[in-house]
Amino acid sequence: MAARRTTPAGPTARTSAMTTAAARAATATTPATASMTAPPAPPTLKDATAIVGIGQTPFARRLDASEKTLACRAILAALDDAGIPPSQVDAFASYTMEETDEVEVAKAVGAGDVTFFARTGFGGGASCATVAHLAAAIATGQASVGVAWRSRKRGSGPRPWTDTRRQLPTPAQWTRPYGLLRPADEIAMLARRYMHEYGATRDHFFNVARACRNHAHRNPAAIMHGRPLTRETYMSSRWISEPLCLFDNCLETDGALACVVVSAERARDCRRSPVYVHAAAQGLPAQHHGMVNYWNDDPLTGPSWTAARQLWKTADFGPEDVDVAQIYDAFTPLIPLSLEGYGFCGRGEGAAFTEDGALELGGRLPVNTGGGGLSEAYVHGFNLITEGVRQLRGTSTAQVPGATTCLVTAGEGVPTSALLLRS
Amino acid sequence: MSSMMRGTTDNGLLPPEPDDDGAPFWEFAARGELRMQACAGCGELRFPPRPCCPHCASFGSEWQRMTGRGSIWSYVLPHPPLLPAYAARAPYNVVVVELADAPHIRLPGNLVAAPDADIDSVDPALLCIGAPVRVTFARLTGGVVVPRWLLEAS
Repeated sequence: MAARRTTPAGPTARTSAMTTAAARAATATTPATASMTAPPAPPTLKDATAIVGIGQTPFARRLDASEKTLACRAILAALDDAGIPPSQVDAFASYTMEETDEVEVAKAVGAGDVTFFARTGFGGGASCATVAHLAAAIATGQASVGVAWRSRKRGSGPRPWTDTRRQLPTPAQWTRPYGLLRPADEIAMLARRYMHEYGATRDHFFNVARACRNHAHRNPAAIMHGRPLTRETYMSSRWISEPLCLFDNCLETDGALACVVVSAERARDCRRSPVYVHAAAQGLPAQHHGMVNYWNDDPLTGPSWTAARQLWKTADFGPEDVDVAQIYDAFTPLIPLSLEGYGFCGRGEGAAFTEDGALELGGRLPVNTGGGGLSEAYVHGFNLITEGVRQLRGTSTAQVPGATTCLVTAGEGVPTSALLLRS
Repeated sequence: MSSMMRGTTDNGLLPPEPDDDGAPFWEFAARGELRMQACAGCGELRFPPRPCCPHCASFGSEWQRMTGRGSIWSYVLPHPPLLPAYAARAPYNVVVVELADAPHIRLPGNLVAAPDADIDSVDPALLCIGAPVRVTFARLTGGVVVPRWLLEAS
């Protein structure tokens, strides 16, 4: 039975884990008896790394620059924010849907020798995984300065679902012939069932849309800055896929964002106060089917539940200790589902949780304080990571007073990922 | 050819593009039969089809005929922007049907007013979660056959 380490985590703890007694034991025993001793505890992710730089381009329905140019601008802005020269970057992480690859990015920004690079699949489910993979690489000594990024011209570029040649073999054959064409249709199907089972109403979805819009109203970088959303406007807007209307859908945005991850030790020397990666997780539940998760016993629980179990298992605090949350919001119903998945309320209580301004600044759990995908920009959720960092630096335009902990999530529905950040 | 099959006037709708595991489903549909993949070892039904059984790891499978009865588990009414053939029919319905024979298998499809009717032929006011339905089959342009669903007279 391996000894459980009970000392606090972090660089100091990792050093103390290899005690002189343990080192003596390792050198003094023969190979036969050495195999009987407890192996050293694996390095832990907890607070071992920190986000020390964030950067972004403007957000708009149409930007003239190419995705590659936008990626480079966001990355260089993040490195400048961190005070780290590009030549010291030795790790990259992004999404499989990112069009600009590591080779192009590395040579354009002037990275040094790169020793770690990783991509994560499933669209917006990848956002937090990019930081998680950099944190794991840096905590295990595979690299020292990591950059995660996402650049996308989804505002002016084509909608992915219009490409009929790109037939995913599964499950497209089971959905597209019937006109279940778009992510909005696939999530609307779950939303209708959710409303039926739990009594959720369109007003609950409006609560989500309004909170994001009110936060965007305070954020000059947000596309919906200065454009408040009334209940009447929401209720009378056109349908996209009933029961979801226009304002239940995220924006279509051109833009790019990036962040810089280094070890906790190195973070102390950076320009900005570090935002520690306290815990990170990915989630692909047993017998999950992607966004069309209609074929298991319990389609109204999804990847958030799996990611949450791993996240809270490795964290020093729980959902009740989270000061502010950035929850992936490609569609409004993902918020109540995620609130349930990450344990902020019980099963079926996510819609009711949104009542009484709970998601607004000053509410029980302020959510998407930059405006989120619904009202700031939709760049596959990367703006939720940078907003989480701003909250813990104390520099958000909708600052939660004294916030020290933030949950950031990637897409619910698709295989997902999540981060617990702390200051 | 099954008496359950009818020609349709569908044009421009996307045909299914079967993969190796799904091909038998569409071959049986073309004969007017709704069949699901079942494990030849432990008998468990599974959907979508896949090479081996997640319960017992057997690579053997057989295709079991379903009664074709089920109920509406959920539904949506898509509106534009959509692909042109679908936009022309919007709002149409897409239902997910829970099979009476295997409640964890829920097939997306369309509710139609008659076997040869279009996907916008049912009054949306008639759509209701829990409504009993039964399968029919429609032949698309190009000869591809897809299952569709009719409300059961109750």
